[in-house]
Amino acid sequence: MFVYADNAATTKMSATAQKVFIEAMERAWGNPSSLHSTGQQAKEALEEARARIASLLGADSPREIYFTSGGSESDNQAICSAAFYGAKKGKRHIVSTAFEHHAVLHTLMRLEKEGFEITLLDVHENGIVTAQQVREAIRPDTALVTVMYANNEIGTVQPIREIGAVCREAGVLFHTDAVQAVCHIPVNVKEDNVDMLSLSAHKFHGPKGVGVLYAKRGTLLTNLIEGGAQERGKRAGTENLPAILSMAAVMEEELGGMDSAAAAILPKRDRLIDGLSAIPHSRLNGDRVSRVPGTVNFCFEGIEGESLLLMLDEEGIQASSGSACTSGSLDPSHVLLALGLPHEVAHGSLRLSISEDTTDEQIDHILRVVPEVVAFLRNISPVWEALETGARPHLL
Amino acid sequence: MALYSEKVMDHFKNPRNVGKMEDADGIGEVGNAKCGDIMKVYLKIEDGIITDAKFNTFGCGSAIATSSMATEMIKGKSVEEALTLSNKAVVEALDGLPAHKIHCSVLAEEAVKAAIRDYYDKNGIEYDRELFCDGDCAHCHAHDEEAL
Repeated sequence: MFVYADNAATTKMSATAQKVFIEAMERAWGNPSSLHSTGQQAKEALEEARARIASLLGADSPREIYFTSGGSESDNQAICSAAFYGAKKGKRHIVSTAFEHHAVLHTLMRLEKEGFEITLLDVHENGIVTAQQVREAIRPDTALVTVMYANNEIGTVQPIREIGAVCREAGVLFHTDAVQAVCHIPVNVKEDNVDMLSLSAHKFHGPKGVGVLYAKRGTLLTNLIEGGAQERGKRAGTENLPAILSMAAVMEEELGGMDSAAAAILPKRDRLIDGLSAIPHSRLNGDRVSRVPGTVNFCFEGIEGESLLLMLDEEGIQASSGSACTSGSLDPSHVLLALGLPHEVAHGSLRLSISEDTTDEQIDHILRVVPEVVAFLRNISPVWEALETGARPHLL
Repeated sequence: MALYSEKVMDHFKNPRNVGKMEDADGIGEVGNAKCGDIMKVYLKIEDGIITDAKFNTFGCGSAIATSSMATEMIKGKSVEEALTLSNKAVVEALDGLPAHKIHCSVLAEEAVKAAIRDYYDKNGIEYDRELFCDGDCAHCHAHDEEAL
């Protein structure tokens, strides 16, 4: 049996997304910046997509939607913009959390080298930061608060609306990396009090290489890419029209079906949580309730995550140990370390991210195979032997 | 998965010589759980010949595969021959490892050596301490860590 359980890494493009993408190559291949009718036809399609996405996100105006290459670019541009304009006013402090995606963390680290002061908030054992923590961290020289909407590795959802309200009250810019949230849980830029938001189409059955930076009217942006008047002069480069049109179409479709998809996914996700919790010395990472519908993340004591993944792949189950972006790294997940897990436990992690396409039979398969593979790996593990003989204390 | 060669996958999926050995003549354990790899090698030695070898490993796919291959390569060899087993030879026997996994082969070499040292110590056999790992990875240049 084949089970794709890595939807937090990427999703398969939906039939609609594929159809619109291909049609766009035929129908709207012009350069939207060209003045002739082929170009203007493309321009019209581009602006229609922008208006649709603005409305789907609850934005005031299509002028607040900037098309980018995806989540990482949007994160980079949002943070660098706030830093650049903050510094002009003597504000060189940024508040974020310890378990952001590296698109955020690495950008913050670069700014730190350039003299910014970065406060990374603790996310507690349940993987949730509180608005109160943000309130306490904000200073007169804070240029930006950036907190992810939902964590990419463990799936926990942050109280974005309350954090946004705190930022509004303090007069501090607020950005959220909503890459794992949009089209999975309700997101509304106005109601959520956000000034900037990043999203990426391939996380909701859209194409790769396209995303959005929402920036509320009046939020100043600097350019990462210079060279043209596209995106109101804030992002040069001929627009990736097939991908943008496909993203707009799939977003509309996904949001329309979001509630019914969640209703289909939730019982399956909970079966996964209950079933995997029955494995001795295992742990669900992150709050059980406040999480996106499809993602679960477990640690199994005494084994290492990569060998678990390879064995699962042999059994047709495609999962990850955390973020696909860090699979080349030997270090355990920074997200799990941020939850306070010791290194040796964090090494044994498994992320399963299912979608509305996942069947009950596939869940059965996962629940049959994972305990077998964990038992096999524990059986050959000297760490497990030490745990079982009492030479090493159990941590889970 | 194309991350690893077929040989690595074979030794990972069907590891040879897995398990504990109750009456081992030498036991070596290297690595630490914090770093994500521990290998424990057991040797049965008769008249200076390694008649059996077993291992237990906590670690990634290549850690398990290198343990399996290293124990295969030393079975039937004299202790002196086993001491010459290099991480490079293990990597070659596995048709290569990705660059960031070469350290697993180093661990396998060191686990074998640690087990032999344990055998020497238990039997009062004199040996050159220079040949063995002192655990100071940062200052050891004894291994070929270039990807093959």
